[in-house]
Amino acid sequence: MSTAAEARPVVEIRNLAKAYRRGDQIVPVLRDINLDIPAGDFVALMGPSGSGKSTLLNMIAGIDTPDSGELRVDGTDIGSLGEADLAAWRASHVGFIFQFYNLMPVLTALENVELPLLLTGLSRGERREHAEAALGMVGLADRLEHYPSELSGGQQQRVAIARAIITDPTLLVADEPTGDLDRNSAEEVLNLMDRLNDELGKTIIMVTHDPHAAERAHHLKHLEKGVLAD
Amino acid sequence: MESLKLALRNALRHRLRTALTVLGLVIAIVAFGLLQTVVDAWYAGAEGASSTRLITRNSISLVFPLPITYRDKIRRVPGVTGVSMANWFGGVYITEKNFFPQFAVDPKTYFELYPEYIVPPDQMKEFLRDRKGAIVGRKLAQEYGFKVGDVVPLRGTIYPGTWSFVVRGIYDGAEKSTDASQFFFHWDYLNETIKRLSPKRADSTGVYVVRIGSPDLAAEVAQTIDREFKNSLAETLTETEKAFQLGFVAMTEAIVVAIRIVSFLVIFIILAVMANTMAMTARERTSEYATLKALGFGPGFLSSLIFCESLAIAVVGGAAGVALTFPVANAFAAKMGTLFPIFYVSRDTVYMQVIAAVVVGCAAAIVPAVRASRVRIAEGLRAIG
Repeated sequence: MSTAAEARPVVEIRNLAKAYRRGDQIVPVLRDINLDIPAGDFVALMGPSGSGKSTLLNMIAGIDTPDSGELRVDGTDIGSLGEADLAAWRASHVGFIFQFYNLMPVLTALENVELPLLLTGLSRGERREHAEAALGMVGLADRLEHYPSELSGGQQQRVAIARAIITDPTLLVADEPTGDLDRNSAEEVLNLMDRLNDELGKTIIMVTHDPHAAERAHHLKHLEKGVLAD
Repeated sequence: MESLKLALRNALRHRLRTALTVLGLVIAIVAFGLLQTVVDAWYAGAEGASSTRLITRNSISLVFPLPITYRDKIRRVPGVTGVSMANWFGGVYITEKNFFPQFAVDPKTYFELYPEYIVPPDQMKEFLRDRKGAIVGRKLAQEYGFKVGDVVPLRGTIYPGTWSFVVRGIYDGAEKSTDASQFFFHWDYLNETIKRLSPKRADSTGVYVVRIGSPDLAAEVAQTIDREFKNSLAETLTETEKAFQLGFVAMTEAIVVAIRIVSFLVIFIILAVMANTMAMTARERTSEYATLKALGFGPGFLSSLIFCESLAIAVVGGAAGVALTFPVANAFAAKMGTLFPIFYVSRDTVYMQVIAAVVVGCAAAIVPAVRASRVRIAEGLRAIG
């Protein structure tokens, strides 16, 4: 991925800070973060628990807002968007992969993948067509009508990945995507993420504790007590 | 459409919980409908009253009679097109618990003034011919098994002695709201017997029933009648039949109010139960709502999911409750016998049940919907369902 480093940054972070209030105390979580992530990059955020890596990921994904500093994703100043605009922005720019998959248990694999497309103007037939293609891409073409409870952890995470890419987002954010999986399933999921990065050029930012998973990333970023170490 | 599908599937996630909630709602809606029907039954006499009939009674109290001589004077009042009379008998059939209203009436005129009491012509002819004859309502006949030709003994309480009547006819109500649980017999029979036993009480009646040409004349005719007997030994009070009936209801107003309050309390209780269920349900799905929000769905979508689910449960429970109210009310009416002469589930009661179910469904969803719409994504994603 030599070209990734040369591309313009899809994520630009300048002097970003975030603190949480705990009772009377203000606890700083992120301090003076400066980071550029080029389009098409695959970045792993690592660090001990409480170092602020998930908070940083949440802010990049637009589900949390910084207290100060600048955060631009694909040219959009995330901090300046209101709740509704931010929701619309997330729907079109960010694909989420969660540790515990976060699928809707009452929806089939196909319906889960189709879910983000409800926010688009696509017809029912078009939505179904796209969802089938996405599930085919993650190797679950034969599990369309299965409910999450009928799938293994690895399969559920692959459904979640299909859901994440269905809207062709600018950015994929993954929070401990292999944290709940056995080694084989984790390997499958990481292979899939590799493919999405290599073949589709998706920019991926992954938070992980797993050094084996982090090896798949092109760049590692370490956070220590809210500060980016390198 | 998709949110409705998701909401319906969510409603079926915990089948036992949903089933119990629906069951609670069914019971509440049935209880509400039944209590409203009891209230309606209380007012049924007034509701079934004619606007062209006035009732003239003694102005002091209904307990005091009016002289029979008033009949002709009332008939001559302009606007009056017919006069009859009725006298409360208050007899006991076998035991005190067998209560039903009995009236001594002028047989020739009374049924002309009450066309809603439908008597077959041959039976009416037999009734008019037999001074000891009686006409009973269909409901009363069914309750006690009275048939034409049966002898019905009544033990007098106001008029002492044992009185025997022969059932000569059975009347049906023209409307559902017509009272078909009454017992009518000849005033002449009562008067002749009283003349012998207690002459001072003879030649009098409890009330006069006055038919007028138009409802617009009611006030004027009532005033004219009462003026006619002013300063007499038995001054009169004339009012519309509806006002007369409502006077009876007013005596038991506190009971009616209590029943109404209980009926609304039942709805309030099921509202609290359902609101708790919905709150519990929504709390369990916090991470799902956070996920939906992360995917870009707005607070409105989340609220609609909860409202749709709550309404779906309310509609199912409400519909089953309304459907069950009819057989339950019929069974209740059968058990109550002639205590509630007119007892049926009105259209208004059904509307109120439907409204109550919808209100419960909507109100129960308000707090969970607001909470779901306000869920903070980062915190919600950490929530354990």
